[in-house]
Order: sequence, then structure tokens, then C-alpha cells
Amino acid sequence: MTGPGQVVAPRGFAMPRPQAGGQAEPDTAVAGGLGAGAGTAAAVSGRPAAASGPAAAASGRPAAVSGPAAAASGSAAAGRLDADSVVDLEAEQRSLRISGILDRLDAEFVGLAPVKARVREIAALLLIDRLRQRHGLTSSRPSLHMCFTGSPGTGKTTIAMHMGALLRELGYLRTGQLVSVTRDDLVGQYVGHTAPKTKEVLKRAMGGVLFIDEAYYLYRPENERDYGQESIEILLQFMESHREDLVVILAGYADRMDTFFRSNPGMASRIAHHLDFPDFSMDELLQIAGQMLEREEYRLSASAQEAFAEYVALRMTQPRFANARSMRNAIDRLRLRQAGRLVAAGGSVRLRDLVEISAADVRASRVFRGVPAEAPSA
Amino acid sequence: MRLMQGTFSSLPDFTDAEIMAQIQYAIDRGWAVAVEFTDDPHPRNVLWEMWGLPMFGVADPAAAMLEVNACRDAYPDHYVRVTAYDSSLGRQTTALSFIVGRPAHEPGFRLDRQETSDRRMRYSLHAYAADRPSGERYERGPA
Repeated sequence: MTGPGQVVAPRGFAMPRPQAGGQAEPDTAVAGGLGAGAGTAAAVSGRPAAASGPAAAASGRPAAVSGPAAAASGSAAAGRLDADSVVDLEAEQRSLRISGILDRLDAEFVGLAPVKARVREIAALLLIDRLRQRHGLTSSRPSLHMCFTGSPGTGKTTIAMHMGALLRELGYLRTGQLVSVTRDDLVGQYVGHTAPKTKEVLKRAMGGVLFIDEAYYLYRPENERDYGQESIEILLQFMESHREDLVVILAGYADRMDTFFRSNPGMASRIAHHLDFPDFSMDELLQIAGQMLEREEYRLSASAQEAFAEYVALRMTQPRFANARSMRNAIDRLRLRQAGRLVAAGGSVRLRDLVEISAADVRASRVFRGVPAEAPSA
Repeated sequence: MRLMQGTFSSLPDFTDAEIMAQIQYAIDRGWAVAVEFTDDPHPRNVLWEMWGLPMFGVADPAAAMLEVNACRDAYPDHYVRVTAYDSSLGRQTTALSFIVGRPAHEPGFRLDRQETSDRRMRYSLHAYAADRPSGERYERGPA
């Protein structure tokens, strides 16, 4: 399964920044992550009792390591504030750069309201937890294992790719790298092969996100000697015992995930967040397509825009419609037809012709003849 | 006698947080961390048993710490060390190596003198623990 493509991840796990300034932003992101950790450490060292303990021992080290130790001694040493004392939420939020992260999420992703709402809730919880901890109230780490379900092309993989970076910026994960695996990376081929293989993957993912795409392939009910079950058991145990080290995200189509969870009830109950990715509406699809075109420096002419809206409306009713991925494919075909038209015309082209996609390019699509665009060509 | 080998050997034993900070340092430089153990800590025995494979691609020190603890649990009466291998061209060697686990009782080494031809002396080190068979060298307390 490839990304639905409304966001193109340029390199590795970096957050894509389609706007200018892509070079500068990773630095700020790192500073945000460290700043969060350093904030905890500073809160602790302000109290003389705590400054000698683990916080001092780890002081020269990266904040990621000193964080938990410092926070632990902080909650022990800090006296409770009285119930009426006031904490400035806004300032806290600013110091963690939470609103910046959430705004970016809103700007980069069209639609996906339930997903964004859940991310906001998680961010709020992490913020409140931090405050509670600082004032000596108990705060247990929430379990953030997630399951993404939804139709093809609704952004499951893309959101998962951003979740690691997001959770790191929120101070929940230490490294935030995304390790994306499928069945063959976890399940071995002979007896005794599965456990080391799964553990190896889990170790690589620690501190970040383990993304298991099409997780239902792990479990093959038709073969009772399948090693997938062993892999699931190790996963379950690790998800429970290393909740603070790793976030596991399962993704797949809703109906098959349901079957998977029915046969593995332990898995369903260990996953706190079941996020359903809704299909995109027509407006959202047009907006996504617009973003893609803009990123690739193409432009639809006014009449092509009308034609494209008609195209999307038709395509949505046809079989094998894959939301944003279909938009990506449609744009790729538009580019093909535009290139074909320009080359066939010959002669010289203006720069504007290279950028502009005409209505004829759109109308040439098979969709207008009632054939699904992604059907195998007959 | 406390065994002093590798980096930080003059310092008190590290806490887990300090070990993790050192591993983080290695990871930040792109070195592959590995865990090794032995019950034959002769200074010339440089190749210890490997606990699993070197952890290429591990991004989080907590993952390496899992292996350190697993090794210490499995071999409580052995020496355990963390090594970090720098694979960059021109170095390609162990860049950092420090002891993270040691037996409760360390009897130490004696100096053996051997007189050879023409009254020349040869010297060698002999670990007291090495008199016992491998696997039970450090498990009992003071003999």
C-alpha cells in the first residue's frame, strides 16, 4: 500500500514542509523536542532537594535521557500546590510549541476531522499530565497504541508517518522515528525464526513508532501452524511492558481489521485509539488535488478546473475509487496527456504551456466514457 | 581486585541512566552498539562472547539497555561490556567500550614469573578465577 499522496514525504521520516523554509524548520522541531525535556529538568533543578539526585547525574546528557529521571525525582520532591493556585496554560502551551504543531497538522492535511480531533486530545492530555506531574499529582503515561482503519487512500499511512515526529515534538517519544513493517518483516520462515525477527524490529522501533501496515496479514486463520500468531504474542507482550518506549500503529481496511481483532481480542483491548479515517468529500478531494498540483507546479486552466470537478464527481461513483490516491493517479495521467499533447503539437512551447493543463487533457479521460480510470485497460 | 578495562574504568560503576546516556552518545555518532560478556577477563582476551548481534539501526538507547539487562540477568557472574563500533571509512574499529556488569567477587590476577635461559625472566598474568572451569569461575564467593 503506498501513501495516498496528498502529502509527499521528501526524505526519510522528516515532516514534509511544502512551503518555503523547509531547511530551517527541522531545526526548530529539534529545539522544540529538547526544549520540552529541558523544561522538566529546569523545573526540578529549581528545587534544591532534587538537584543532587539523578537530575545532576544526567545533566550533561541529552534531555531525552535526563527527562524521565528528573521528572521522577521532581514529583517526589515537589510539594503540592494548594488547590486554588493558578498555572498559566497558555505559557505552557507556548513553551511546548503545541499550537504550532497542531496548526501545521491542520494546514497540511485536508479533511480528516476525527483524526485531527484525536491528536488535539492527545496533545492536551500530554500537556495536562506534564502540569500535574510538576505539581506532585500522579500522572501515568497514557497508552498511545493506535489502529487506523479506513478506505484506500484516506491517509492512514501518511498520518502514521507524521505521528512519530508529532509525538516526539509533544515530548511523548524520545526519537520519533517511524519503522514501517509488514508481515514479512515480523514473521519468520521456520521454527525459532519469528521471535528474534520480531524482537529485532521492536528494538529498532523503540523510542519511535512501529507502523504495521495491513496488520491482518499477521494472522492467518486458515493455517494453524502459521508463525504469525507467535509474532502477535510477542507484539502484545512488548506493547504492554514497554508502553513508554514505543507506539504501535496498526493500519488496514476496516472490515478486515475487524476480523483480525475478533480473532485476537487481546490486541483490540491493548489498543486505546481506534481511529476511523472517513472518505473525503468532493470539496476535500478537489482541495487535495489542488495541493498536489501546486506542489508539482502545474495549473489547471479555468475550463480545465470545471472539467476536473466533473471528473472527480464521476470518478467517485465508479468502482475502485481510492480517495486521495485516485487524485494522485488522475494528476499523473493529466501530466501524461499534457506532455503528449505538447510533444505532438511540436514547434516551440511557452513556459506557460508547460505549466498549464487544458480542459481537453481532462476530458480525454476514460472516466467521461463511463470506464473507471483505474480499470485494467481492455 | 576491581577489574579496570575500557573507557571510564577509573569511575564508579555507571547507573542505568548513565549507561543509556553513553549509548545515546554512540547512537548519535552512528556507531553500532553491541553487548559482550566473558568470564575470562585477561587483558589480552580482547574478543569476548557476543550477546546477540550488534544493534545496527537501533535509534533508542532503551532498546540497547534491554539487551544489557538481559545479558546481565543471564550471566550474573560474568563481566558484561558495551562496545560501540564505528564503521566509518578510515576508522572501522571499536570506538567505545566500557564494562557495565561485573561479578560480585573479583579475586583478581597474580603475576607469574618464569626463569628461562640465561637467567632471563618472563612474566605473565594469571586470573585466579581461571583455575576453575569456564562457566563457574566467578559464581562462588571468596574461596
